[in-house]
Amino acid sequence: MNEITPINPVKDGETSIRNFNINFGPQHPAAHGVLRLVLELDGEVVDRVDPHIGLLHRGTEKLIEQKTYLQALPYFDRLDYVAPMNQEHAYCLAIEKMLDIGVPYRASIIRVLYSEIGRILSHLLNVTTQAMDVGALTPPLWGFEEREKLMIFYERACGARLHAAYFRPGGVHQDLPRALLDDIWQWTEEFPQVIDDLETLLTENRIFKQRNVDIGVVTLDQCEELGFSGVMVRGSGGAWDLRRSQPYENYSDYDFQIPVGKNGDCYDRYLIRMLEMRESTKIMRQCLEKLDDTLGEPVSSLDGKVTPPKRADMKGSMEALIHHFKLYTEGFKVPAGETYACVEAPKGEFGVYMVSDGSNKPYKLKIRAPGFPHLAAMDFMCRGHMLADVSAILGSLDIVFGEIDR
Amino acid sequence: MMIDVEALDDHGDAIASALEDAVLRYEVVDGELTLHVPHDRIIQVIRHLKDEGTCQYKSLIDITAVDYPGRDRRFDVVYHLLSMRQNQRIRVKTALREGEIALSIMDVFPCADWYERETFDMYGILFSGHPDMRRILTDYGFRGYPLRKDFPVTGYVELRYDEEVKRVVYEPVKLVQEMRSFDFMSPWEGAEYILPGDEKADEKEGAS
Repeated sequence: MNEITPINPVKDGETSIRNFNINFGPQHPAAHGVLRLVLELDGEVVDRVDPHIGLLHRGTEKLIEQKTYLQALPYFDRLDYVAPMNQEHAYCLAIEKMLDIGVPYRASIIRVLYSEIGRILSHLLNVTTQAMDVGALTPPLWGFEEREKLMIFYERACGARLHAAYFRPGGVHQDLPRALLDDIWQWTEEFPQVIDDLETLLTENRIFKQRNVDIGVVTLDQCEELGFSGVMVRGSGGAWDLRRSQPYENYSDYDFQIPVGKNGDCYDRYLIRMLEMRESTKIMRQCLEKLDDTLGEPVSSLDGKVTPPKRADMKGSMEALIHHFKLYTEGFKVPAGETYACVEAPKGEFGVYMVSDGSNKPYKLKIRAPGFPHLAAMDFMCRGHMLADVSAILGSLDIVFGEIDR
Repeated sequence: MMIDVEALDDHGDAIASALEDAVLRYEVVDGELTLHVPHDRIIQVIRHLKDEGTCQYKSLIDITAVDYPGRDRRFDVVYHLLSMRQNQRIRVKTALREGEIALSIMDVFPCADWYERETFDMYGILFSGHPDMRRILTDYGFRGYPLRKDFPVTGYVELRYDEEVKRVVYEPVKLVQEMRSFDFMSPWEGAEYILPGDEKADEKEGAS
């Protein structure tokens, strides 16, 4: 698979000039997973890129069609496994929209809190591994230390570091313990210092700038044309963030800024991710203050058809026990119809298109992954760049194969 | 987000009257606008939605299909568009028979490329005018269309590394236990089981 094939060799007397086809991946560390790129090179300049994806295809959409609505939820953690709860969020919003049920205010706050933790998790991974792709080693070590702390917050909320299954239709699975909230508050006080430290490593770093400034430039018009969303649009100067423009959950209650870039190159996208982490920390602090004001309020819908009864009730009440059993075997039925729900995931617009036939299983569920159109634009973005820029561009696209291959 | 259903209805009406017979009907459900379009007019409709001043749906969000094996026109191809300027979403649906060829919208939206490839890969719907109709997500040399309702969840082949031939080999799926599909529906409502030994229940009822 790694042979080099010459295409249309040209003789010019002494040396022969020819184009090369090379394989990048699927086992390349800078491919961020299992991406195979077939590159056509003219010397060191990229002529054409053909990404081969699907090496991590697990048939998530087919599997979800076989499961009840509640059983299908954990599949969403396994899409973008860098920020699991953001995916669950879109799925829960879709179900809630079709069932027409509300979410208690405290549950909304917890969801926002954990979505923002997810955003920081994802950006930390992306920014630091992008730095690694262009040659730096220290940033990932520093970034992963913080990721570790955040994953422990995940673990303390739901018992799992990655595959949370914490957001449920109608709210979240359980309330957060007091000590956890205090620890998250403590963390938000320390984290800005870590971002400052990371910035001293990267922002004005000569090598980092040489590798990223003016690389992979996309204009705002091209962004629309290519179907981009999230940081990719904001990097090119589009003030577009679903949290602001089409507010879901209770994002309109928070005070935060949407950073917008100017040049649309890899470096701007890096800067935006850094700024977004600061904004997310601000949102998290506001969440924690709001959580203080809503102590003791419910964290899941009071509609007994969607949320299970309390453990304590089940010990004494036969009806509660039956109810629990029915909910976890048959599940709830969703009225026939279709909907599209989306959230601003760290990587862009993550959407769920759901068709229900009125039974307890989704008839069809399409996952709209933000990375999919971004990766599709690789050919457009890499043409005319040097071979070494391919990994810089790939890093700035923020690709995770769990969600692209599904 | 509060959605103005009336404005959305007017918007749908404006599009439908501008395009006349290219739009079969439109509907607003749960604050989402859906256009139903005959499959041979899809390019015209999508182009109108993209360029018309009051629409400006410049971003293609998604293309997918839904399979209804019981229907005459078996597949629905579903397009999701977003207008960042009008802050508005729209869904366009077109129905296709099995074997009918859809029209590619790559002339209007170049980024439809991978979405159409995926729809072909999963449902076997061909898009005419697409320059590179290859499979995208499934394995090299895969056969069948996995998201069709008549494709089994287990698939037809499984693969393993063979120590003797030193490569990955494909074999027909062998299940130690039959694939079980529970629907968990209540036997009092909606379930259509035939109880073992009760096959003649209907006949008896008919007789009496």
